[in-house]
Amino acid sequence: MVEQAEIRVVHQGGSNITFREPAISSDSRFLLCASGHSVKVFSTVTEECVQELRGHTDLVTGVLIRPSNHLQAYSCSADGTVRLWDFTDGILIKTYLIGYPICSIYASASHDGVVFIATPTKGHKTLDSLQLLAVHLPQTAGQLVETSDLSAVLSDVSANPATVAFGRAGEYVASTNGVQLQIFFFKKQKSFRFSLKENSCSGRSNTFTCVACHPTDDCVATGHEDGKIRLWRNFDQKREYTYRTLHWHHGAVRALRFTPEGSNLLSGGVESVLVQWQYQQESQQDFLPRLGAAITHIAVSPDGALFCTSHSDNKITVIQSCVKVSSIIQGLVKGEAVQTDLMVDPRSKALVLNGKPGHLQFYSLHRDRLLFNLDVVQQEFIHQEGLDQFQVVMATLDGAGAWLATVEERKQETVEAELNLKLWAFDEPSQSFILNTTVSTPHEARITAVTFDPAARGQTSLLVSCGQDGLFKAWRLAAPGHPDDGGPSWSCDFVSAYHGLAPQRCCFSADGSLLAVSFQEVVTVWSPASWELLLTLSQPPGNIRDLCFGRLSCSKFLLGTTNCNQLCCWNLLTCSLEWSTSMEVSLLLADPLSDNMAAFCHQDGNTDLFVFKPSEPRPLFSQKAVCSGRVSRAVFAPREVALESCEESSRWLNRSQLYFLTPLMDLLTFSTRAEEERLMAASKQLVVDDSVAMTPFQLLLGKRPPHHQAVGPPAKLPAPPGGSAAVRELLQSPAHVLPAAAALCSAFMEALLGVATETREKKTSAGETPSDTEEEEEEDSDEEMETRATRSEEAPLETDSAGPVLSRAQVRELRRVRKLDHSWFSSLLDS
Amino acid sequence: MGEFKVHRVRFFDYMPSAIRSMAFNSHTERLAVARADGAVEIFNFADNYFQEKVIAGRDGRSIEALCWVGCRLFSAGLDGEITEYDLENLRPRYSIEAYGGPIWTISGNSEGTLLAAGCEDGTVKMFEVLEDRIQFQRNLSRQKGRIISLSWHPSGAQIAAGMMDMIRIFDSETGHATHRLLVDRGVGASKSREVVVWSVAFLNDHTIISGDSAGKVQIWDGLTGTLIRTHLVTKWDVLVLAVSQDESSVIAGTSEGTIVQFQFISSTVGQQDKLWVRTRTFKNHSHDVRALVHTDSAVISGGMDTQLVVRPLLDKVEKNTQESALRKIAFPHRNLVSCAKKAGLLLFQFPDHLELWRLGESDRNGTPGESLPVNRKPEKLIQLKTKGEDHICCSALSPCGSWLSYATVAAVRLYRLQISSNNISIQKVSKLPRELKSVHQLCFSSDSCRLFASSSFSSVVVVALNQTDCKYLHTLKHKSGSRQPIHILSPSEDGQWLATANTDCEIHVFNLRKMKLHCSVPAYSSCPTAVSIHPTTGNLVSVHADQQIFEFSLKQKEYSEWSRQLQRQGLHPLWLQRDTPVTSISFNPNNPAHIMLHDVFMFCIIDQSLPLPEAKTKFYNQMILRSLPQPQRLRESHAFKTCKNFQHLLSVNLLEDLSLVVVERPLVDIVAQLPAPVRQKKFAT
Repeated sequence: MVEQAEIRVVHQGGSNITFREPAISSDSRFLLCASGHSVKVFSTVTEECVQELRGHTDLVTGVLIRPSNHLQAYSCSADGTVRLWDFTDGILIKTYLIGYPICSIYASASHDGVVFIATPTKGHKTLDSLQLLAVHLPQTAGQLVETSDLSAVLSDVSANPATVAFGRAGEYVASTNGVQLQIFFFKKQKSFRFSLKENSCSGRSNTFTCVACHPTDDCVATGHEDGKIRLWRNFDQKREYTYRTLHWHHGAVRALRFTPEGSNLLSGGVESVLVQWQYQQESQQDFLPRLGAAITHIAVSPDGALFCTSHSDNKITVIQSCVKVSSIIQGLVKGEAVQTDLMVDPRSKALVLNGKPGHLQFYSLHRDRLLFNLDVVQQEFIHQEGLDQFQVVMATLDGAGAWLATVEERKQETVEAELNLKLWAFDEPSQSFILNTTVSTPHEARITAVTFDPAARGQTSLLVSCGQDGLFKAWRLAAPGHPDDGGPSWSCDFVSAYHGLAPQRCCFSADGSLLAVSFQEVVTVWSPASWELLLTLSQPPGNIRDLCFGRLSCSKFLLGTTNCNQLCCWNLLTCSLEWSTSMEVSLLLADPLSDNMAAFCHQDGNTDLFVFKPSEPRPLFSQKAVCSGRVSRAVFAPREVALESCEESSRWLNRSQLYFLTPLMDLLTFSTRAEEERLMAASKQLVVDDSVAMTPFQLLLGKRPPHHQAVGPPAKLPAPPGGSAAVRELLQSPAHVLPAAAALCSAFMEALLGVATETREKKTSAGETPSDTEEEEEEDSDEEMETRATRSEEAPLETDSAGPVLSRAQVRELRRVRKLDHSWFSSLLDS
Repeated sequence: MGEFKVHRVRFFDYMPSAIRSMAFNSHTERLAVARADGAVEIFNFADNYFQEKVIAGRDGRSIEALCWVGCRLFSAGLDGEITEYDLENLRPRYSIEAYGGPIWTISGNSEGTLLAAGCEDGTVKMFEVLEDRIQFQRNLSRQKGRIISLSWHPSGAQIAAGMMDMIRIFDSETGHATHRLLVDRGVGASKSREVVVWSVAFLNDHTIISGDSAGKVQIWDGLTGTLIRTHLVTKWDVLVLAVSQDESSVIAGTSEGTIVQFQFISSTVGQQDKLWVRTRTFKNHSHDVRALVHTDSAVISGGMDTQLVVRPLLDKVEKNTQESALRKIAFPHRNLVSCAKKAGLLLFQFPDHLELWRLGESDRNGTPGESLPVNRKPEKLIQLKTKGEDHICCSALSPCGSWLSYATVAAVRLYRLQISSNNISIQKVSKLPRELKSVHQLCFSSDSCRLFASSSFSSVVVVALNQTDCKYLHTLKHKSGSRQPIHILSPSEDGQWLATANTDCEIHVFNLRKMKLHCSVPAYSSCPTAVSIHPTTGNLVSVHADQQIFEFSLKQKEYSEWSRQLQRQGLHPLWLQRDTPVTSISFNPNNPAHIMLHDVFMFCIIDQSLPLPEAKTKFYNQMILRSLPQPQRLRESHAFKTCKNFQHLLSVNLLEDLSLVVVERPLVDIVAQLPAPVRQKKFAT
């Protein structure tokens, strides 16, 4: 594997953007979220990710706008650094080395040059006892700064970052841990501790969950496990402190925040309702219900105009202070765990998996954003802990994307599981799936596998389901018996069993002529046409875990993995074992567009990937330690445009791309160097070059920088015109590799403009010289000849000097020309 | 601790009356509580919240307001009269008609010279408090609409009156109204209803705080007459307000049963700009809170659910002490049940009638814990209604079951009963000696031939009874000079001694043979709650409100050795932490070392032959002892053997056949008889 570096594991978005409280920029335009190893900057208006601040080498554990400069932001990470960013331009300004893993970061406006960080107490390895340190950031020049001026402020700080808050003008800091509230006054250097009983009268826990301080009054609000909010006052006295209790939440209060003026208190919890309490008039509350998922953080913009709530389903809701949702930034929805397999919708090329409770989400991989949620369960989800509700446990799409089968299940302790099998047809007019058939209790026990017959495109009419009740059933799309009954629906066509064993996996061959069903250690192969048992294969010991037919040239092979660390390959023509090898395969996957197979092997806590052809003994590609933990969900997503990589190790990625979910629910993929270079080149192409002055010449030229030889022309780029190439690149490259949308927008628009101008010029003045520059000069001189005599003298200079100086009249002219351009453009569109 | 056959009596339908008003005298630490039936109870807060005195009510007397002026207690009610009470003879001293229709409120000024009464006709009437009575002085300028609440400014120059839809401020010198503060009506449907200002409080800094029927607590500036803040506290009514002595805290009682505290707090630490902030909420009542008192360290509340609740403010008292415990006083601290030990009869005292019951019988024996089948069901023999409007203040049944006596404020009645198996006759003894009047406590001697009645000036009238008539014998007096009423009478089994205890904490023992004072027990600071004389040893055992137990030898006229040892060693902390007083003491004739006591929540036998418990030993060890082998059991056992099988005990008596009569009144039964509380939305219902 010499060229192993060719292929790299890449974070394909989808990481958690609600891990920590987001920060809102002071003009309320940007939202900064800690997301995996980087900080993402979203626009609060368009919901687009405009910057990604990369640089941390571990999980980012906090983001904060710098109090003394609202264009800069601090971020802290478990890698032991605090970094200062210019978040509008995405520039790393400084890196402060702390040396300990940092759990959260706080700052207050009155403590200049000081940030407060929570780090694990020395000696304690666990995260339940932290200390709050004040870090004096040295004002030295240079990118990398060592900090040594650390002083402990509080010990015994909870690992939850919501349990520390700074009070009125930074005079005190309030911290809670367990059932204790601790308030430390900086001026007096004195701390007060207040304890509650473990349990309240009603037997529910009094544990503190979050804390917030009023910006102008000495009032500390604390949220509790039992849903109460306490407003503490007089806390500078040991005994004569007092508090008021507010109780609306029935679950734990997860987030509390005062608005900047202190007129309102916001709270949220598992009820997914944002509650706005009027300070001093707490009996009056405003509610913003139905936010979709439990609220985990609340952020308020410095001017109080925007609120942001982070939700447990990886969503950030931007709310205007008039309590109205204005935009939703949705990451890849993370449920409790993904129970369905990963799938790719052939129509939208979207990744399909569990989304919100009871929903399937369609997540566009190219644009790294959620397309839509399909409500499968169609029942109200009740936001309460400890309730058994229907969950989508299985879903499968047919080859053409015309049918979707889902299995939902409700586990109950007393009764047997409730099961529903639903079949959805794709509806062209509404461009979504419409429920066609619901089968309640398709099997007596849990369903272990569901698969469609991959027959000719659009002709799918067979679905096979396996259940733990020992049966596998075939369902067929049939026209109704009565013409009044509406369209065709699905009904059970065939039921079979094999020696009373429970079927585990089923798999169709690529042409749909064979169906393999595994019963513990036995693999049976059936003919779906006649439903006769063709052959049985068995390779004890060990139950079959995964079953896969080879594709294309390898379609005579059937591969299976067992839970006794065996990977077997049977030849269906000879009905014998072709080869077998001993490896613990956690997931076996066939690429639908090639004859390659991917096997994820779990070894020593890490997952290794092998890509191989069943017919060849040598793997095409292997990579050790793709990620830690066991990978159990992966998918081959077909590429829109096939790559033409000729390197042997990366050829398997030519036709489709492999995505997989880590146990931490991060979506990762493999990308080749050629691919990355292509994308980098495309994005560089589009960078606005500020050194070129805005002239009509440059405008019409589109985006062809005069010195573009220096950049290094990408060899495989199509020939100019450059503007249209750039546009095509922009439209084709995935969103997550592009620079910020704000940076791209003007370039993109002008590139469009350039193309339009160019084509028009070619149409009108076909006989003239093909040189763009000359045309430009002519047109320009036509209009300016009489107004400015000096123009002709300056013209030769312009070609040499990078930034020509334009007179005011010239600027005005230029503006006029640009206006004209727009009218041409629209007329061109009309024609 | 021995085995008893137990009569578990649950047919005493005792129903306390709702609390309407309270007044606290911070000098004497006495709390006066007025109930809906017109009864007034005095609690001594300095002495473990002991209910010292009960003044029986009267039909038609409804008290709306209570007021202490010095040590004098005044009440006013919807009958339009102001009444002063004679706290030594436990009766109203006099009543004065105010001629203003029903009186809603009275309030005394801080000097104790004037009493203001708010009347239905819209007048505030000023009464001058004289040495022995009160005298009408003048009316403040008459308003439209009734005066519901009154509050004096501490200087006495102004008085604030809560009315319908408004608050008026009067100048008490001129009698003119100086300000009119309009109170907003409720929103929605209640917009058309007048808002009632149920309570006002006038603070020293001229802040007026009002609570009204729209559920608001409002804070006003009394100098300018402007509204400062409105706190919406409840959907229902704010019925009562109380202010702490230092005016830093105000509590408001609502119809929902909650008490809301407001505190005068500076918004930023260390600065002077204080404002009233709503802080804590207490919920100890299921029904309306009608009366509130804010002492320095506690919130005392009472209402429709008849319980008196003392909720200590934890920021003012030491934590985890006896003072920091919540107390609910639901049962009277005196006996309402008399038992005829020989005849097996029970007499239950209600405010306006008496019930005589015969206990059931069973001839079977069973194992401990088993319930026996009843041969003869308990049977109500007589229900005796009182004549007149006055309520019963005390009653007694003779041990032989042939005499019955009760007393009201006005008169004493004595009946002769003849009960055979199927024939009951009751005959009133018509001629009673003139000395039997103003009686606070009645008691028959053990041989049923004498009746003792405590009378005014701590004297005891002794009356001899025989088949046909009764005859005055003697009046027992002592020379201590105390005028406080006797609340306990306890004759000895052999008829030689009579012990009396009065609310001045004195215990006197009279020799009935010689009809003179035998001795006085050395005075103890806490009031005795139960006194009894041992039938064989002749020792007097007394239990006090602070839960101390003393044994006094009448022969040696000194504390017995056991008592001294008990005082040296001290009682077990768990015994001292109980919050209800011991209301009776009896002795087991079979085992002279046993003293049987009970309070509301437990029944206890003290075995004087066993060692006293150390502070560290386990106090409630009955269950452990049962599982231990015999020798170890002897080593582990201590003198106090408590039984908590029976709860809410009103009376425990040992009959002559050594079966135990236990009268229970479960609190849930009382709660079930209360009217429905205001409707409240409960979460998840």
